[in-house]
Amino acid sequence: MKKNAVSKNKLYTLAALLVIIVLLAFLQANSAQYSYQISILERSAIYAVVAVSMNLLTGFTGLFSLGQAGFMAIGAYTVAILTIPVDSRASVYYVNGISPAIANLHCPYWLALIIAGILAAALAALIGIPVLRLKSDYLAIATLGFSEIIRAVIAAPQLDRITNGSYGLKSIPGFPNLFIAFGLPALCILLMVLLINSSYGRAFKALREDEVAAQAMGLNLFRYKELAFIISSFFTGVGGGLLAIFMRSIDSKTFSINLTYDILLIVVLGGIGSITGSVIGSFLVTAGREWLRFFDNPLVIGGFVVPLFRSGFRMVIFSILLMMVVLFYRRGIMGSNEFSWEGLGRLIRSIPSRIKRKSKAQKHPAGIPLCPESMDDSKKGDNA
Amino acid sequence: MSLTTFLQQCLTGISLGGAYALIAIGYTLVYGILRLINFAHGDIFMMAGYFMIFAMASFPWYISIPVVLLVTVLLGVSIERVAYRPLRTAPRMSVMISAIGVSYLLQNLATYLFTALPKGYPEIPFLKKIYQIGGLSASFVTFLTPVLTLIIVYGLIILINKTKIGMAMRAVAKDYDTAALMGIKINRIITFTFAIGSLLAAVGSVLYFTDRMTVFPFSGSLPGLKCFVAAVFGGIGSIPGAVIGGFILGLGETALVAMGYSTFSDAFTFVLLIIILLIKPTGLFGEKTTDKV
Repeated sequence: MKKNAVSKNKLYTLAALLVIIVLLAFLQANSAQYSYQISILERSAIYAVVAVSMNLLTGFTGLFSLGQAGFMAIGAYTVAILTIPVDSRASVYYVNGISPAIANLHCPYWLALIIAGILAAALAALIGIPVLRLKSDYLAIATLGFSEIIRAVIAAPQLDRITNGSYGLKSIPGFPNLFIAFGLPALCILLMVLLINSSYGRAFKALREDEVAAQAMGLNLFRYKELAFIISSFFTGVGGGLLAIFMRSIDSKTFSINLTYDILLIVVLGGIGSITGSVIGSFLVTAGREWLRFFDNPLVIGGFVVPLFRSGFRMVIFSILLMMVVLFYRRGIMGSNEFSWEGLGRLIRSIPSRIKRKSKAQKHPAGIPLCPESMDDSKKGDNA
Repeated sequence: MSLTTFLQQCLTGISLGGAYALIAIGYTLVYGILRLINFAHGDIFMMAGYFMIFAMASFPWYISIPVVLLVTVLLGVSIERVAYRPLRTAPRMSVMISAIGVSYLLQNLATYLFTALPKGYPEIPFLKKIYQIGGLSASFVTFLTPVLTLIIVYGLIILINKTKIGMAMRAVAKDYDTAALMGIKINRIITFTFAIGSLLAAVGSVLYFTDRMTVFPFSGSLPGLKCFVAAVFGGIGSIPGAVIGGFILGLGETALVAMGYSTFSDAFTFVLLIIILLIKPTGLFGEKTTDKV
């Protein structure tokens, strides 16, 4: 009976995978026609990588880090510098000239992505030594600070001949085809899922639940925190590199604090501690921004111009929606659950009874905390 | 660098530091009571800038300033009411995410209402008047800012140490539950704290933007973060600490700009933060506390 259920799930997953591949093949064949939709999906997939890597830290290890944009910047710049074709470099660096050290450095995009991840991870290892001694909001603000420092260093005139300063880098070769554009993010997420389900993942979760207890069980706190931070930064760096390949031109302003906030909101919306939640969240948020675009255009109903609809209204609606999620639906879409075919089946079966219940009784607020208990301390001196 | 230039730069730095100090106090008060980094504080400061632009369009300055102070206080208090109060029993991280959400909302709202283009800040004639002392020349606001900051801080310290509501604030900051058991109305104290914080942010905004001349929707986010750093530097929860942190930050930043490293002036703030967190995590004047299991 049980074996039967497992193979059924495998069948469903295989079918879903097949549908996705067919869909990708269809989009690939008609890429000119659907370029707008493809770009939204690609961006979502890349954000999903970064969101899952943030979730690995925030949701699974209980470390609230806000340094994503900085590590993405490192990844993006590494990939850009390594993959811009040597012939077109003169035109990219036309203002300041190119530093001879990197003038002939070139490698294929997959190698560049790995190097990007390794560089981000190496920096995380260095930063982690001082920063991971801090807790909750102090850690958040310190990582935020580092991300801002990274951005300032990249934009500094002293590095003009490497990062091209405020002009940014362009002519980065794009993805060769859609299968790679979606396959690479999928591979990254798969690797992180494998990690979370391994013994390391269980150690991370133990840390999240109770640091003192985990320590008493013989876990080396610093070692596991550092490991989580390094791995998360590796994938954030790769995500940044993917973003560079996707955008084809980058500058330091792309990697401001707001990028981190975007990722954070994806994680929150999807549910802190749920990988599938982060993936769904990133597709919803990125696509939602586009769907809400009609709010930006003037709306005319029967000759009457509705006054509120003008440029910028979309983002206001979007931020109000997010506030609603934070205030009234704190668990996010998935809570800390993962997607499963049984769960989907239960959801579909429960829809009729849910509709009935809703019309009868008032909704009751969800009382399940959004984040690990270890952060739920009203004690003073978290920073000690 | 001649002595005059040096003194001129010092004056600029102290003036900037005064405005930072006023905003930092808002962070330190709220953190002291709610254990929350009020990420929206910098955006309240930015909104105060816009309120001033609109108030000055129809009133003279002596009516505009009180109006702006009042509206900003209302904004701060209502943010607490809508976004933080429902989460009073929620985990700290949810409240922090809510604060980031409010900050995001205010920035988007400002972009929508006032467009992303920088808007000129109105000139208040007596603040912009240039005075000369020896070789130094600066507008009145540059001299006024540090003096005003010190007066306000003195008043605030008296309020907190000598009055009944100040005692209640200290009690709530020390121990939430016990304070409630002693009959202190926690919500009222928190509202009062947000009112003071927003009031100081509004005062700081008038002083800061009179020097900067333009306001745009993101002009609050970086100063906001910097002032939080100032508050941490001085020891979060300590008002004199926040003031000293603000001045150090203002002076250091001006010094870096004067030396030609203006791209690093923002990074300087965070370097300062990381150094202080490593050497003395409780800040200059923070009290030492221990974690209990």
